[in-house]
Amino acid sequence: MHIGLTAAGKITSMGPTLAKLIEGPSPIGAAFLKVFAVRRPAGITSMEDLRARAGVRLHVDLRGKGDTFRGLAVPTGDGGMLLNLSFGIRLIDAVRQHALTDADFAATDMAVEMLYLVEVKQAVMTELRRLNLRLQGAKATAEEQALTDTLTGLRNRRALDVSLPALIAQGLPFGLMHIDLDYFKQVNDTLGHAAGDLVLREVAKALVIETRTSDIVARVGGDEFVVLLPGLSDPKRLTQIARRIIERLTQPIDFEGTPCQISASIGLTISTLYDPPDAERMLGDADAALYASKRAGRGQAQFYAVSGDDLLSA
Amino acid sequence: MHGLINRSIQCFLRDTYGNAGWSAISAAAGLGFDNFEPLLIYDTALTERVIAAAAGYLQRPRETVLEDLGTYLVSHPNLEGLRRLLRFGGVSFLDFLNSMEDLPEHGRLGLPDLEVPEFALTDLGEGRFLLHVSQLIDGVGHVTVGLLRAMADDYGALVVLDHVGVEDGREVVSVHLLDHAYAEGRRFELAMPGG
Repeated sequence: MHIGLTAAGKITSMGPTLAKLIEGPSPIGAAFLKVFAVRRPAGITSMEDLRARAGVRLHVDLRGKGDTFRGLAVPTGDGGMLLNLSFGIRLIDAVRQHALTDADFAATDMAVEMLYLVEVKQAVMTELRRLNLRLQGAKATAEEQALTDTLTGLRNRRALDVSLPALIAQGLPFGLMHIDLDYFKQVNDTLGHAAGDLVLREVAKALVIETRTSDIVARVGGDEFVVLLPGLSDPKRLTQIARRIIERLTQPIDFEGTPCQISASIGLTISTLYDPPDAERMLGDADAALYASKRAGRGQAQFYAVSGDDLLSA
Repeated sequence: MHGLINRSIQCFLRDTYGNAGWSAISAAAGLGFDNFEPLLIYDTALTERVIAAAAGYLQRPRETVLEDLGTYLVSHPNLEGLRRLLRFGGVSFLDFLNSMEDLPEHGRLGLPDLEVPEFALTDLGEGRFLLHVSQLIDGVGHVTVGLLRAMADDYGALVVLDHVGVEDGREVVSVHLLDHAYAEGRRFELAMPGG
């Protein structure tokens, strides 16, 4: 896009695309600095100023419109000047705003190539974004599956190994419950694995019902479960919950008309007994409490017996 | 073969023959997955299996399926983006035809690992051209015929197109441009609509 100027600063000629942008009456013959303003470098208010800046990069505004250009001015033999202007980075806005077409750009102008590149980039970025969303979804699903016990839908051992240290790291008190089913082996042995699987699924449901949604219920072995109860460190309340669980699990579970009778033994411990709490140690102590429950006749819950009043330090 | 090409073939089959059609074809091809990812690279054998499975499922010759694919790439609304990119080739069908040789370079501007057939255009005079297309896949010339036919429609040009054979591993398409302004054609604004 060119503009030809006389020595006095009148416009003698102008590229057709520029003329298209100006709209209205023809600017030929008008003073360049009346139609355009040179924003940078500052202080260009006369042809002398412009001549003094020959060859310097100019930022030029079209007066009364939003259009801005960059370009440069060079002196011509007759004392006038020739300006070469381009849209620069505003190209895309300008093309949209003025509905410019291929024909509005010189055959040597790379403007159309730039527009092409912008569209290619946009298309590729869109695909990349979609791919990332799909991968993100697949990753979330895979992670969920990796942490879920397929039979019961509860969390699995791996999930517990992640959740327990995370809970300890949070520093809030919590209760830990280790549950082992009583008489489960008899159900499996007499009624078969289908009955055993049904019982496990019913137990899972019961555990979910008897705990809060913020609690973590995991199946960590054949008929062993661990429940983490964040924020719950009151032995009385934990004991209540454990009793309710045992009560519910003692109700016979119907398998094709045959009642399956099980119960549960529970071992409990609380993070506040330890300084600092340690995952392995808490699981081991809950396990010890669980076997104390078993030895004491099954169908009951016991706390890990702390010797003395001292905290269990590491 | 680049995932973009595989994905295009998948979209063509799905948009034209429905989800059921695509599922049957992908199963017959033994893909083992539901969707090609447009930005991953796949073994070219998979592409061949999908095309063969499509021809088998549709009980239509491979050439016809490939030609329809070429037409779909330009004319289906779901691929408006590709039509726009191709329209950047020039302001007339003749411009576009002349820009075909730059197509691989244009493709690689966006995706450096994209394989696009190499095109060589010979001007025979009086509106007659021969286009030699490197065999990215067997039958690439038929895809080219479908694509050129749809582009001619897009520009409103009247052309006669023929797949005239294979020469030194390149498929040859004859183009006879009868009238470059036969019909109105579809509009093309340089700026992306609404963007």
